[in-house]
Amino acid sequence: MVKKILSVAICAIVLLFVYAPILLLVVYSFDSSKIINIHEFSFSFELYKQLFRDQKIMQILFNTVWLAFAAAGLSTILGTAGAIGIFYSRKRVAKPLNAVSQIPVINAEIVTAISLALLFSMVALYRTYFSLIVGHMVLCTPFVVLSVLPKLKQMDSNTYEAALDLGASPAQALFKVVIPQIFSGILAGFMLSVTLSLDDYIITAFTKPKTFDTISTYVYNAVKNGTNSSTPALRALSALIFVVMIVILLVINLRARKPANKGA
Amino acid sequence: MQRFHFSRKQLCIPYGLFLALFVVIPMLLILFYAFTKETDGNLSFSFSNFIGFFTSRAKLSTLLMSITIAIISTALCLLIAYPIAYILARSSFRKKNVLLMIFILPMWINFVLRITALRELLDLIGLLESQNYLNTLIGMVYDFLPFMILPLYTTLEKIDKSYLEAAADLGGNKFTVFTKVTFPLSMPGVISGITMVFMPSMTNYVVSDTLSNFNITILGKLIDEYFTTYDNWHMGSMISIILLLIIFLTMLATGGFKDNEKEARGTNLW
Repeated sequence: MVKKILSVAICAIVLLFVYAPILLLVVYSFDSSKIINIHEFSFSFELYKQLFRDQKIMQILFNTVWLAFAAAGLSTILGTAGAIGIFYSRKRVAKPLNAVSQIPVINAEIVTAISLALLFSMVALYRTYFSLIVGHMVLCTPFVVLSVLPKLKQMDSNTYEAALDLGASPAQALFKVVIPQIFSGILAGFMLSVTLSLDDYIITAFTKPKTFDTISTYVYNAVKNGTNSSTPALRALSALIFVVMIVILLVINLRARKPANKGA
Repeated sequence: MQRFHFSRKQLCIPYGLFLALFVVIPMLLILFYAFTKETDGNLSFSFSNFIGFFTSRAKLSTLLMSITIAIISTALCLLIAYPIAYILARSSFRKKNVLLMIFILPMWINFVLRITALRELLDLIGLLESQNYLNTLIGMVYDFLPFMILPLYTTLEKIDKSYLEAAADLGGNKFTVFTKVTFPLSMPGVISGITMVFMPSMTNYVVSDTLSNFNITILGKLIDEYFTTYDNWHMGSMISIILLLIIFLTMLATGGFKDNEKEARGTNLW
């Protein structure tokens, strides 16, 4: 009994630590004062009105989302093809590819970021949309490969041969037989890429065009320049993102935890 | 000319080129920049960045402080995460993974926003203005705790309960069962958690900047400064090489060269 109470208490304290900042912002997104004051609270939707009227923040929100989906889409295509290629290649090819593919995963993000800055400044593409997309792809693609490879290993390899025997072209066999069987891995890789891209600050900061901002770079710079307290609408933005993300994550996880999905 | 034949193997060519161009060459460029210096527009081979780093008191103290912050953050994460992972793994609750989910869920929400939220909270309780080190540690733990909980939970959950029963049957009390059986069996999770937390807490300068009002410089920040403020890319590259060496050494020491980051980053979520 004592043990049980202790367990619940430990969990409760840690959960409080994890969710207190989130809760604070959500609650005070309904209070329009510039600086949060715990003794004063007057309910209003003022910050949300300001948020949706703020052209700049809306543009940044849009930037962040399109960048995430573009980078995730490209990474998913490149990574899925890469995983299939690696899976069917001889060890001599597959091993070094796998090893190099691990570099961005293990590496510190700042090192990846400056390495790309060095490369792109040499070819005069530093701080362009190209360097930005490539930067995010370097971040995401290895994780797509890591999501897809296990699915290929689980797949029955005879089905591809069977499709060829039945007259399918290799491309048809790939799209109609292999891809459907590894689709859960591809989807997982895509979703992971979207979250990685949305979450990123450091690579974005080193590859983005000067006038382009994502939520991460905008908020960091607002704190740096001390303008975050003069833009309380950022509180509403954070609160909105917290709530939307928590709801999406809970729905996805509670709805379907199929056994096939679990061991990914 | 022979017709082009499609084969599945060829699908790795684009990815191979991509890795060569955007991973291998950039890493070689870091090496090149680290061991060169520029004088009057001419590049020459030089150890001056290396020597410059290890003879600079400021840089060495940044390195030392960075390592200290990373060690303390990692230890705190482990101390907090272990009981949580243990309780969750042992819980008789039917949907354990839902409980786990609640603990690690924030890791998929933009970390800059979460750290800024934490900043507001610290400001509210009056820590922001005075406690730069404490705030940075709190921030690192806040940001990286899920990366410690997840691998610990995964290994603790997998431990065969019959080992624990056998240990108890053979006369071990609860404490010895834990120290002699459970904890050693959970070592892979501990190691994977350490490698997941240690490196980011030396380099994620968004956390230290935001929570110390830009007063604390960690190694990642130093690299950033040499690129964006001082415009000395050669020294910046050298610091990166030193950072990579530290990462390499910690991984060698812990034997953490496995692809466990995927697991921790949560492909099992989606």
